[in-house]
Amino acid sequence: MTFFEAERLAINFGGIRALDGVSFRVDPGQVFTIIGPNGAGKTTIFNLVSRIYDPSDGRLTFRGEDITQVSPHEIPRRGIARTFQNIELFEHATVLQNVLLGRHAHRRSRFVEELLFLPRVRALELEHREAAEKVIDFLDLQRYRDSLIVNLPYGVRKVVEMARALCAEPKLLLLDEPSSGLSVEETEDMAFWIQDIRTLLGITVLMVEHDMSLVSAVSDRVLALNYGRAIALGTAREVQEHPDVIKAYLGG
Amino acid sequence: MRFVFKTSYAQDLGLFRDGVQRNAYIALFLALLVLPRLVPEYLGDLSLVFIYGLCGVSLMVLAGYTGLVSLGHSAFLGIGAYAHVYFAQDLGVPWVVAVALAAAVTAAAGVLVGLPALRMTGVYLTIATLAFALIIQEVFTRWDRVTGGLKGKPVQKAVVFGLPLGHEVSFYFLCLAFLIAGLWLTSNLLRSPTGRAWVAIRDSEVAAQSMGVNLAVYKTMAFAYSAGLMGVAGALFAHKIGFLAPDIFSVLLSIQFLLMVAVGGLGSLHGAVYGAVFVAMLPVVISQARDAVPVWLGQVFAVFGREAGRAVFSLVDRFVKQPGLEPGIFGLILVLFILFEPLGVYGRWRKITLFFSTFPLYKHATFKRQKSYMRSERLR
Repeated sequence: MTFFEAERLAINFGGIRALDGVSFRVDPGQVFTIIGPNGAGKTTIFNLVSRIYDPSDGRLTFRGEDITQVSPHEIPRRGIARTFQNIELFEHATVLQNVLLGRHAHRRSRFVEELLFLPRVRALELEHREAAEKVIDFLDLQRYRDSLIVNLPYGVRKVVEMARALCAEPKLLLLDEPSSGLSVEETEDMAFWIQDIRTLLGITVLMVEHDMSLVSAVSDRVLALNYGRAIALGTAREVQEHPDVIKAYLGG
Repeated sequence: MRFVFKTSYAQDLGLFRDGVQRNAYIALFLALLVLPRLVPEYLGDLSLVFIYGLCGVSLMVLAGYTGLVSLGHSAFLGIGAYAHVYFAQDLGVPWVVAVALAAAVTAAAGVLVGLPALRMTGVYLTIATLAFALIIQEVFTRWDRVTGGLKGKPVQKAVVFGLPLGHEVSFYFLCLAFLIAGLWLTSNLLRSPTGRAWVAIRDSEVAAQSMGVNLAVYKTMAFAYSAGLMGVAGALFAHKIGFLAPDIFSVLLSIQFLLMVAVGGLGSLHGAVYGAVFVAMLPVVISQARDAVPVWLGQVFAVFGREAGRAVFSLVDRFVKQPGLEPGIFGLILVLFILFEPLGVYGRWRKITLFFSTFPLYKHATFKRQKSYMRSERLR
């Protein structure tokens, strides 16, 4: 059974072919990174996987099931959670409330039960809270638990977004540029966390990243894109030394 | 400053922050119980505050928590009122059942309005709900058989479980009970996954969706729930005004509701109630001031001689008796609130309490925020 596979993924935006037949597969327990210059189609792949866009062509398979036609809100229930490049947190809510929304895919209470806040809802809420607290502990967010997102620095917000995604207990975690906007130290921390997510939580990671030090530190496989096409696939070192990749970044 | 010492997760699930807050609410409740004895002449206005409070909670769920601004709530109020009166008087259904049916009918109307709302965002949705309000008002005018058309429809006093609630005191308690129930149910939803999903939709639809929130379902749910509450408020409103006519449920009423949640403070149930107090009591205060201010000013200026006092009195009296002063003052207050206190009465209240609890260490910057409330519709 393939864990995650994208086959001949393609999408057109009007006349622009943003992705043109990209295929790759991610094995369980891997950290798989997609790199490429701006506009190469990296985030587009993420938006296809989380089903915000419909592919013009191609197929997405996750744990043996075709997810190409699944509706977007169904994706986290299948075990895929994501973060966003420009941080899409709920700004006027606390860290805890944000993280708790990550539990939405595990909602088991019904509307009427919630309306009356029956004991079952209370018990489920406590369960969600415990799961959320585990993630808060894991990512060292305890002291920010009750602060509003608007009052938090950018680096912490990035971590909170990751916490929210982890709260969904995904099998596959999509990280869209986890290090963008972070300082050198924060990027190093991020590298440790990504490694911990893989080794301690056993979650497979698919990420888009620009920072090559982070990419080399954590990635098992790297895919390089340019103008919507895959130009190289291999380990971080192999891809970095690939002549097409050097050409894509440096021109010539 | 008081810190709540938390020892269990269950503590965060309570309705109240801690014992102190709970006691404050109990005290407020007791005060409301004895209030009819203290100010019997304002009972009617107080009942209206409670009904408006219910309307405020309804619109707060939609506009304040889910971020869907509606101008169609006068129509929902009207549907609730007409449906209730139709069921209770024309069909002879028991009062409680009639209220439930009115809520159900209004909730169904809410679903109907909510469905196109899934395709529209921001100001376009507001325009659509505005159109809905206008259409429904026309329906009230034309559908003679049910609504009585332009001739209107008289409303009998409520009879709950065979108990006639004709007296103002009993109606006051009826409205209070419904407001408390509405607040309780809504805060239950807000501390459950449903409420979190609503807030998530308000702040970022993309993120909500990719965390598993079905936008269509939750937006429709917000519309239905909000409309259902409005339906209940409508039933009470019908008894309050005693006579239904289509022009009562005009768009101006919707704007008043919106004013209520904006002045009260968007995104808080406290705000809904504060806004209701504000909107329902302001006309009372204005009419009192109309009589009192000229006399008072006349007396002050009387120190310059009897003639000066009388002149000032007649001048001010003529000014305040001008028609249209009331909407003017309403508008002025709304503008002042938006300029100086975007977080509404509730925001001001929080600032004042924080000022005293942290005195003398209060920092003005504590509440400084970036532009808030609705985010632009990026990444759609």
